[in-house]
Amino acid sequence: MHQPAIHVAAIRKTYGRTVAVNDVSFDVRPGEIFGLIGPNGAGKTTTMECVEGLRTPDRGAISVLGLDPKRDAYALQKRIGVQLQEAQLQKRIKVWEAVALWASLYQKPGSGDRLIEQLGLSDKRNAWFMSLSGGQKQRLFIALALINDPELVFLDELTTGLDPQARRAIWDLVRGIRRRGKTVLLTTHLMEEAERLCDRVAIIDHGRIVDVGTPAELVRRHCPEHTVVVATDDPAAAMRFRDIPQIDSVTSDGLQVTIRGRGDDLVTQVIQRLAEHRMRVIDFRTETPTLEDVFLRLTGHAIRE
Amino acid sequence: MLRGLWRLTWLEIKIFVREPLGVIGTVAVPVLVFVVLGRLLGPRVRTGAPDMPRFVSVDLPIFVSILIAASAVLSLVAIVAIYREGGILKRLRATPLRPLTILAAQVLVKLLSTAVTLALMILAGRRYYPVDADVPIASFTLALLLSTLSIVSLGFLIASVVPTARFAQPIATLIVYPMIGLSGLFVPVEALPPTAQMIARALPFTSAVSLLRGIWHGEGWYRHAGDAAVLTVMFVIFMTLSSKVFRWE
Repeated sequence: MHQPAIHVAAIRKTYGRTVAVNDVSFDVRPGEIFGLIGPNGAGKTTTMECVEGLRTPDRGAISVLGLDPKRDAYALQKRIGVQLQEAQLQKRIKVWEAVALWASLYQKPGSGDRLIEQLGLSDKRNAWFMSLSGGQKQRLFIALALINDPELVFLDELTTGLDPQARRAIWDLVRGIRRRGKTVLLTTHLMEEAERLCDRVAIIDHGRIVDVGTPAELVRRHCPEHTVVVATDDPAAAMRFRDIPQIDSVTSDGLQVTIRGRGDDLVTQVIQRLAEHRMRVIDFRTETPTLEDVFLRLTGHAIRE
Repeated sequence: MLRGLWRLTWLEIKIFVREPLGVIGTVAVPVLVFVVLGRLLGPRVRTGAPDMPRFVSVDLPIFVSILIAASAVLSLVAIVAIYREGGILKRLRATPLRPLTILAAQVLVKLLSTAVTLALMILAGRRYYPVDADVPIASFTLALLLSTLSIVSLGFLIASVVPTARFAQPIATLIVYPMIGLSGLFVPVEALPPTAQMIARALPFTSAVSLLRGIWHGEGWYRHAGDAAVLTVMFVIFMTLSSKVFRWE
């Protein structure tokens, strides 16, 4: 395998007596979207800013594209793109001016005009920063992060405060970044965002990494139970599901039977029983645990908006 | 990173001009006040009326220069604080721009607005305030540049540590105006109580007033080498301290 795009080994960062990041380690592979997920204040941003070279960890080692983010800061800055949480620009800077300034800072910038167009900001070219909507500001920050055609892009709480429509548009843009072969490290406290966007995630809580994996892996590992809800007019339905292997519970409520179990083939088993006994099915649905459930199980508390 | 410096400075100039209140406050109002006062006092200044305060009859150019430099300091402190609070400094820093470039651009903009204001004043005030033909303008400009740099670097030190944008301007005012009061512009430093004298001599404004006054009245640089040295040393000290304590966020 290639060397990882990012290698973080046992970093720790304290502010006074508060331990913001504690013994955090993870690898990000080239070409993937890797998410640091957890509630606000979990240490996601601190971790990311250590990787970006904006902060120095008290302990531990970080390697980004084979470079040291602190010592090789200027060499690295040419190859990475950064979007910061809650960043602002000068109120009265125009969109094209910001893009042109950023472009002027790199030796081989991409086309600013093309980026402005790709990010749907063409009719805002001459607008002041202060007049942009939240989604437009974020799109501008993505444009700035991409101006040097970086190999690695950092996106910190990219869609916080955006409406669902703007959020979806941004997700498409991020997938576009991956399609162009770039690596993305992002943070989010939105589990839905992580689930839809990230190839792999690290769950962070109270400054520690709780687990790392693909969203599907994490769900299988920590929330293996599946739920099938069947509505049928067969009065003996509940009884017929009791002998499915690895079943947790079967409960019925009127016509509706709820079957919970942790076997991988729970759904198959239920369908087989339905066919075997020629039950008339009025409704059928499955409930799969999400990353949200995994988080709840691993940390013992729900993620806060 | 000279290209980045030029770009950023040019951009900051454009942004400065787009803020009408800023332009009116730092450029238009001083020029206007100068002209109005000139119409009222000009004839008496010309004839050297004895009831004119010394800073009007003798020190007007120095008085104006110091006030303009002070207002540049105040707005520099405010801008740095606002940029810090808004995360703009942090965002700029996460680029190949060198930290020094980001800060130098702000200083350049302030130097430029100071120069423009003073140039406008000279043009507008020529009719009202007589300037002797033998005033060494080039020397005075150089002295003014040195003084402004030293005073602005003090502003930078203040800007490095002020906690929030809301307090930036009041804090800077509280520091800067007493310094002007002690600078010898209104009361000769020698007439101050001994403790106040000691404090006064340690402030950049005092040396700036002494240097500017001396050069304006035709005394040579050699007589004010001490002032120039103090200003230079202060510039170095303030910049070094700022770079140690400067907070980006």
